[in-house]
Amino acid sequence: MGAPAMTQTTPAHLEYVLRLGDAALIHGQRLSEWCGHAPVLEEDLALANMALDFVGQARMLLSHAGVLEGKGRDEDTLAFLRHEGQYRNPTLCEMPNTDFAHTMIKGFLLGSFNLLMWSRLCGSSDEALAAIAAKSLKEARYHVEHTGDWVIRLGDGTEESHRRAQAALDMLWPYTNELFAANPTDDAAAAAGVGPAWSDLAEDWEKAVLAVLKHATLTVPARTPFQSYGKFGRHSEHLGHLLAVMQHLPRSFPGATW
Amino acid sequence: MERKEWPLWEIFVRSKNGLDHKHCGSVHATDARMALQVARDVYTRRQEGVSIWAVRAEDIVASDPDAKPELFDPAEDKIYRHPTFYKLPDEVDHM
Amino acid sequence: MYTQALDIPPGEQPKRTPDAVENAAYQAEFDARIDAGATIEAKDWMPEAYRKTLVRQISQHAHSEIVGMLPEGNWISRAPSLKRKAILLAKVQDEGGHGLYLYAAAETLGVSRDDLTEALLSGKAKYSSIFNYPTLNWADVGVIGWLVDGAAIMNQIPLCKCSYGPYARAMVRVCKEESFHQRQGYDALLAMMGGTDEQRELVQDAVNRWWWPSLMMFGPHDADSPNSGQSMRWGIKRISNDDLRQKFVDATVKQAEVLGVTLPDPELKWNEARGHYDFAAIDWDEFWNVVNGHGQCNVDRLAARVKAWEDGAWVREAAVAHADKQAAREKAAA
Repeated sequence: MGAPAMTQTTPAHLEYVLRLGDAALIHGQRLSEWCGHAPVLEEDLALANMALDFVGQARMLLSHAGVLEGKGRDEDTLAFLRHEGQYRNPTLCEMPNTDFAHTMIKGFLLGSFNLLMWSRLCGSSDEALAAIAAKSLKEARYHVEHTGDWVIRLGDGTEESHRRAQAALDMLWPYTNELFAANPTDDAAAAAGVGPAWSDLAEDWEKAVLAVLKHATLTVPARTPFQSYGKFGRHSEHLGHLLAVMQHLPRSFPGATW
Repeated sequence: MERKEWPLWEIFVRSKNGLDHKHCGSVHATDARMALQVARDVYTRRQEGVSIWAVRAEDIVASDPDAKPELFDPAEDKIYRHPTFYKLPDEVDHM
Repeated sequence: MYTQALDIPPGEQPKRTPDAVENAAYQAEFDARIDAGATIEAKDWMPEAYRKTLVRQISQHAHSEIVGMLPEGNWISRAPSLKRKAILLAKVQDEGGHGLYLYAAAETLGVSRDDLTEALLSGKAKYSSIFNYPTLNWADVGVIGWLVDGAAIMNQIPLCKCSYGPYARAMVRVCKEESFHQRQGYDALLAMMGGTDEQRELVQDAVNRWWWPSLMMFGPHDADSPNSGQSMRWGIKRISNDDLRQKFVDATVKQAEVLGVTLPDPELKWNEARGHYDFAAIDWDEFWNVVNGHGQCNVDRLAARVKAWEDGAWVREAAVAHADKQAAREKAAA
């Protein structure tokens, strides 16, 4: 990444990049849990490839966030040494794998969001972020294709797979409200040309997602007043456990390099 | 449900433009899109390819190993098909 | 990797219905080809014992790669940096890929992957017993790369020239990818040895636990290895267990020195006359106990594979059902 414009990083800019970085980090961590345990060998490799894409994105984004912050924190300090309330990923990312349907539905919902996000961020006023977006956009295209195909296979497969896919969708759908919740960070980032307000993506996202869900013969749950707040730092109970595992070594051996 | 194994696909990868697709292995997949995706995930993890062919293994027709003598031996004595058969003067031998 | 499905056009019957006379002629031809160092391909005639030995060896090898994902996979979620997480995930994924290449090679011999999988899950098929040891600290991941993959590479490189074409080609691919695993394991250990005292203790602890099991990976002494002779004759095995083990020890001593760890064998010393390192006797009771199912993780490893397979059943069925529906719809539309 080129030297960023150090002149003035606004808190909103940093927050915006941290959200992206944490989303990739936590989603990647969840995907990596499948390694060695997938339903079929071919899919084991596919899941690991997706996990690697997200870990790679997290590294670039958190490094960039560290530079924007200017306090000398690198990707690992940010990834491993923050407290739960300091993570900015949407709650959806941290939801457990539960079964293959949950992972694929979640991957598809998030992937479709990422696809729109990265394509807009290619034109970010933050050049480093634009470069990350250009790379991540290609990865997101594949993620949507792969997970979308699975959503269709599971939805329009057997009775059991349909039931499981529908249950996963019912469970996860309410968490997508959070993605598009308006907030001052988004407004400021959008005004500065850093990236779109996430709420701006809602319409295109819903259109793309509904088309696939329909193809999959799945019923889209009605919107409810449910709200989650992960991207504002208030998470589900799942994140703490994920972090306890993920942070174990850096916390146990302070100052060690690996 | 009765057990049903996923069909086998043979995978051919073009490592870069200008080269032929080359057989590199197989995958199991239930449809063509899946075959291409998992072939990509299995056989191009290290940038080994720019293009993939996936062919249902059962659709491939192969020659009979027992027919090797009649299929391939007759070409053995046609040495005049090879450029080295023709001895030319040194000055023009790069022809 | 050609498959059993690569067959002659439908309608024609294979000509080699092996009666006794033909068998003898084919056997002689086969032996001559083996002696000449020729490669046997999937559709070539081969003695049934050769085919069976290959199926057993290749599938055991594939199972080992798949079960081998578990001990290191145990640390993916706890990798101490994002770089190490990516490296480890890619490595464990590679092992899955190797398993896949090898299953495909075995399938060319007329067995199905699902049958081989069931043999593993029912406990009928064996896998490398090294994976029945637990990974107890982060350094285990590095030590597995350095010692276990190092031993595996020594075992595997000769197989790139084995007489059965599909197996040899799979092994070329495996070895190409495997060679960096050992380097990355060593690299992770170097980083720890350059760190704190606590980190160095972790490395030494891991070396202490993995050294002897690594030596056992080469298998019993040649004198106690009844099938070795036939496998050598067939070109499925190229170098003897003891020779490979010695080669491994000789190569590793220097690496341990550079790393700054002690190999847990007080009898380990250079023997000028032999031109090799001498080392203490291997505890073969331990080896056979683990092989026979009494290692620390035999039960856990198999249970993890059974769970993945059973939990995945509905997914595999769904994909088949969807493909059938699609095919029916396309047919109806045509």
